[in-house]
Amino acid sequence: MAEAKVKDVLFRPIFNDNPIALQILGICSALAITTTMQTTLTMCLAVIFVMTLSNFFISAIRTHVPANIRIIVQMTIITSLVIVVDQFLQAYAYDISRQLSVFVGLIITNCIILGRAEAFAMSNPPMLSAVDGFGNALGYSIVLVFVGICRELFGSGTLMGVEILRPITEGGWYYTNGLMLLPPSAFFLIGAFIWMLRAWKTEQVEEQPFEIAPNTRTSEAF
Amino acid sequence: MFEHYLSLFVRAVFVENMALAFFLGMCTFLAISKKVQTALGLGIAVVVVLTITVPVNNLILHNLLDEGALAWTGIPALEALDMRFLGLLCYIGVIAAMVQILEMTLDRYVPALYNALGIFLPLITVNCAILGGVLFMVERHYTFGESVVFGFGSGVGWALAIVLLAAIREKLKYSDVPDGLKGLGITFIVVGLMSLGFMSFAGVQL
Repeated sequence: MAEAKVKDVLFRPIFNDNPIALQILGICSALAITTTMQTTLTMCLAVIFVMTLSNFFISAIRTHVPANIRIIVQMTIITSLVIVVDQFLQAYAYDISRQLSVFVGLIITNCIILGRAEAFAMSNPPMLSAVDGFGNALGYSIVLVFVGICRELFGSGTLMGVEILRPITEGGWYYTNGLMLLPPSAFFLIGAFIWMLRAWKTEQVEEQPFEIAPNTRTSEAF
Repeated sequence: MFEHYLSLFVRAVFVENMALAFFLGMCTFLAISKKVQTALGLGIAVVVVLTITVPVNNLILHNLLDEGALAWTGIPALEALDMRFLGLLCYIGVIAAMVQILEMTLDRYVPALYNALGIFLPLITVNCAILGGVLFMVERHYTFGESVVFGFGSGVGWALAIVLLAAIREKLKYSDVPDGLKGLGITFIVVGLMSLGFMSFAGVQL
């Protein structure tokens, strides 16, 4: 039983309860950095690290924190972890850190992290919370990697900087799709991801507030 | 001088729109844009908070954290101190404190505005548009004057975007959307189209 629960906590957020596609959390800082796979993967790793540990620590001290200052305590823990990531990237991967610019810092206000801390870590034991953080970060990463692959492959014909589709400018056959490198394409791709997910798992489809009656006579429509 | 500020303002509102060009504040942007009325309230709250926090954080950066910024204290040990690694912690603290103070001040002196903004103010602490604005100010080395204009401008840009989206979503209720796209899916695509529209401002030079 206990094992089944851990598995459930780990895998549910990936497709059944995806943080981006269903919970509308954490869309903020992620989309601007999906133009190349390298930055996307760095961002995913950073979020997985911060989220697993923040959920663990917040859960570990949950019984000692007074309810009215809990948000500040949670923010402090998350911010400290993000500072570690930021300093680490500046030290060992300076180029990527330049490309990610302000978006590393923006992991702090990524609502998934605070949202899961508040919704899960405050009422569950540390290990299970860490698993939940890891699972949600994975669910987030899957969407990000999907968007990142589409944008880099179709936008510049490469993956991780390795040429896959040889672009025309270099004597190949592939005409690069410039739209994919522009910000709006991320929205279209996420929209498409949600559409695919909901076509597969139809119980996630949102209810309309009312049903639209079909048009019978065109004269009525005008 | 005035022209410089004006061009900074226009750039912050249209060309580098917080929501549509940098995807900042997306969670609230998508979650609270079903009605124009509430979107307007949230937009005004964001403008107010950004206009205050960006300049305040600018002062903190230049007088406390930056390399050699503590020279004014006259203590030799502090003169060479570089505390920029504490930046994130300070900025988020200032934002949280500012929102709290603003909430109490409004409650005491302008209850009408407090009631209108009420529920949105605490939400703003975790709105990435605010922290994003502050971090852009840090990264682009704005002066105090520029940071006031930039804070106000990016707030106005965000407010404009959310009000426009809310207006579109109000009309969207009456359209027949495919099952899987209902709700969140179609909203993403609408935001993408809006963002495409805002990109045409990119060439604007003042």
